[in-house]
Amino acid sequence: MRKVKADPKGVLEGPHFMDGDHALAEGALAAGCRFFAGYPITPSTETAERFAERCPEAGGLFIQMEDEIASIAALIGGAWGGQKVMTVTSGPGFSLMMENLGLACMTETPMVIANVQRGGPSTGLPTLTAQQEMMQARWGSHGDYRVIALVPDSPQECFDLAIEAFNLSETYRVPVLIMTDETVGHMHEKVVIPPADKIEVVERNWYTGPKGEYKPYKFGDKNYMPGPMVKVGDGHRFHITGLVHDERGYPQATVEAGKINITHIIEKIDSNRDKIVRFEADQLDDAEVVVVSYGITSRIAIKAVMDARKQGIKTGNFRMITAWPFPEKQIREIASKVKAIVVPEINYGQMVMEVERLAAGKCKVVSVNSTGGAVHDPKEILAAIKEARS
Amino acid sequence: MNVNANANFAQDNPMSQFLRMERMPHIWCPGCGIGIVVTAFAEAIKKSGLDLDKVAIVSGIGCTGRTAGYVKLDSFHSTHGRAIPLATGLKLANPEMKVVVFSGDGDLTGIGGNHFIHAARRNMDLTVVCVNNFTYGMTGGQVTPTTPHTANASTTPFGNYEYPFSLPFLADACGATYVARWTSLHARQISASIKEALNHRGFSFIEVIAPCTTLYQRRNRLGDGLDALEYYQNDAEIVHDIDTRLVDIDYQGKIKVGKFVHKEKPTYLDNVNQHYANVLGDEYQLYGKTTPEREAEAKAKAEAEAAAKGAV
Amino acid sequence: MMEVRFSGFGGQGIVRCALITGKAISLYDDKFATMTQSFGPEARGGACSSQLVVSETRVLYPYVTVPGVLVALSQEAYNKYEPELGNGGILIVEQDLVKQKPDTGRVQIFPVPATRFAEELGNRLFANLVVIGFFAAVTKCVTPDAVKKALPELVPGRFLKANIQAFDKGYAFGNDMLAERASPKEAVA
Repeated sequence: MRKVKADPKGVLEGPHFMDGDHALAEGALAAGCRFFAGYPITPSTETAERFAERCPEAGGLFIQMEDEIASIAALIGGAWGGQKVMTVTSGPGFSLMMENLGLACMTETPMVIANVQRGGPSTGLPTLTAQQEMMQARWGSHGDYRVIALVPDSPQECFDLAIEAFNLSETYRVPVLIMTDETVGHMHEKVVIPPADKIEVVERNWYTGPKGEYKPYKFGDKNYMPGPMVKVGDGHRFHITGLVHDERGYPQATVEAGKINITHIIEKIDSNRDKIVRFEADQLDDAEVVVVSYGITSRIAIKAVMDARKQGIKTGNFRMITAWPFPEKQIREIASKVKAIVVPEINYGQMVMEVERLAAGKCKVVSVNSTGGAVHDPKEILAAIKEARS
Repeated sequence: MNVNANANFAQDNPMSQFLRMERMPHIWCPGCGIGIVVTAFAEAIKKSGLDLDKVAIVSGIGCTGRTAGYVKLDSFHSTHGRAIPLATGLKLANPEMKVVVFSGDGDLTGIGGNHFIHAARRNMDLTVVCVNNFTYGMTGGQVTPTTPHTANASTTPFGNYEYPFSLPFLADACGATYVARWTSLHARQISASIKEALNHRGFSFIEVIAPCTTLYQRRNRLGDGLDALEYYQNDAEIVHDIDTRLVDIDYQGKIKVGKFVHKEKPTYLDNVNQHYANVLGDEYQLYGKTTPEREAEAKAKAEAEAAAKGAV
Repeated sequence: MMEVRFSGFGGQGIVRCALITGKAISLYDDKFATMTQSFGPEARGGACSSQLVVSETRVLYPYVTVPGVLVALSQEAYNKYEPELGNGGILIVEQDLVKQKPDTGRVQIFPVPATRFAEELGNRLFANLVVIGFFAAVTKCVTPDAVKKALPELVPGRFLKANIQAFDKGYAFGNDMLAERASPKEAVA
């Protein structure tokens, strides 16, 4: 992977008081994204608005498509047109994007999709926060595939992880989801944007070989790393399809071809899990109870952990920054050492199922769930910590 | 028969520059009209003088949707109905490309209808070729938005009681700046229209009425491919520039063909560039410089500075 | 830590109040501030509110729980939010727009004729800056310097000077009120 310095044209250097939605757009621009196709939906619209406002100066193009299906389809075209591409949406729009998320996975097309989660299902609670699409992020499109999903806990992290998302997306040639939420999306905090020469950006892995020999896919790598890309117009006359295909991109309707193709798109993420997974762990050494959380909930969790420590309960904190791939090894290790894991989420219990799977009965797993719409009261988490320990 | 006589079939075939011969034979049935349109498309591209490296083709799903897989261009086989938005992204991200959408009636105007009308509205610089066989062929002959009233389909087994789209009218009403219709009998005219559309800036739409022999023809007892061509010969009427409100197709009725619309209007990208040039002045540059360009520039600058220093 | 709620009706610049103050605190006063606001139809008219959590360390819980400061610029906002203001909290009211309940001494009340002051300065739209000035004086939550640094991108350039005047007016009025309350006799003399 070739790392370069960010193009100063996209970098709004300096400290800002900015909401998470705007920070996502700034992060994308800093990462080199110059093509954005989207459709308005609360509470994510501000990202699209920000990009639309900023992109002419940065040298980019924003198009408001007719719906979210068109938006993500345009991203696939945009990426193979040679651009780094992004869209943003919320619940209903995320559902509409699912089919072409699969096409992006199948064609190994890099792109970043931010989902500013709101309460669902259906139209649900459009202006209120939730974390209800964490499993949809992982399983929402049909068939077996993998994506990477990152979960920022602040506007600053929206900026930072937007860059990270593009870098991972280029490295693994995979859609990267930023699963933020209404609270982070709409809250303003200080966001420091570093100078362009302090921002590392992964350049697309461009094919440099002779014409006539380019294959859009590489399936035999020992680390399952994807092959290089080209863009339309470079004279390689390549073909891509959503059908099971060989390295040339040609459809192959056989069990054997499917095995090679699907194994590749899964293993390029799974077998590189350790390189992809990001997390923050605090006070785990002596912990009897560990709170595992992500996104805005992890900030409430820190407060609950501090309160628990004050009351003499040995409590630790584990914040997932990467939700997918799941930090399997880390959760297994925690489960083998503690009495209980407490999992607060703004949903009726989603990621807790992964925690339960990995704890495999070695410790108690307590879900602190909700039907969405509001962040937790730290007292709820504290009560769960106390109960879990007993 | 000497098998070696055909050994060089792939290389010797006049279409070999244009098709992925290693993917032959194709999946289309005997008598199907799609191949004629693909051949006409190949002829059009040859005559257009376009650099084949700068032409991309995007298809959706279905029988016609397989076209992208056979054509030796940068080619995209997308999801059902989504060829136009994918092509839109391709065109906007890489404006030097000529982007062709090649798909069927069900794909483009059923599941993909919303994208069709909006691309036409925006005058997106795309050439859209729709092979209209009144049928969802790949799934076995279901009714489509263009199936004529009363025609039989597997999901209207007692005859179609819906009203069909008249696609030239739809395209025209939505803002398409080039609209033509032919039947698969009109191979040379299809080719001429596609060539004209490729050289047209803006949303160009070419509908080709073509037979689905296996499903539509058979289910409606209309005979084989040849019978379809005979029908086209007898009932297709060339009327250029006719008001598109008058080009409906009734079941086995007259088919008005010809070039119906051809007008100039700024494309979506023309408008984007013009607008931002007005707002931002000389500063404005769509997409700015690529990383290699920036790096080359920085290197040249550093070298110039070093040279200047050396000179001092 | 301090929890602040700005409230009023749509169009009074309630969200802007929190934006300016939050930006001033987090960028120029070297403290942490997290701002949230009400969304949806209510933000476009009717009662609206914006919230600020200010802290010496990183703000964890982003919303206000028991506000220590309430700024109420409309009757509806006052009626709705006054009961949740913490005991001993600071209540800033637009005195010409809010008819208050009898003072029970539960909270410290600071009335300000912000709209009138703004009109005197030429435009009632400056009322929110009068309020921020007054707020800065009575709460000490944000420094005047920081607010003035924060203003340029948040108010139209041609109104920057007038907005600063409005801020100064509110700030001076607040300081006078504090001085008067600290030693009322002297002020009378």
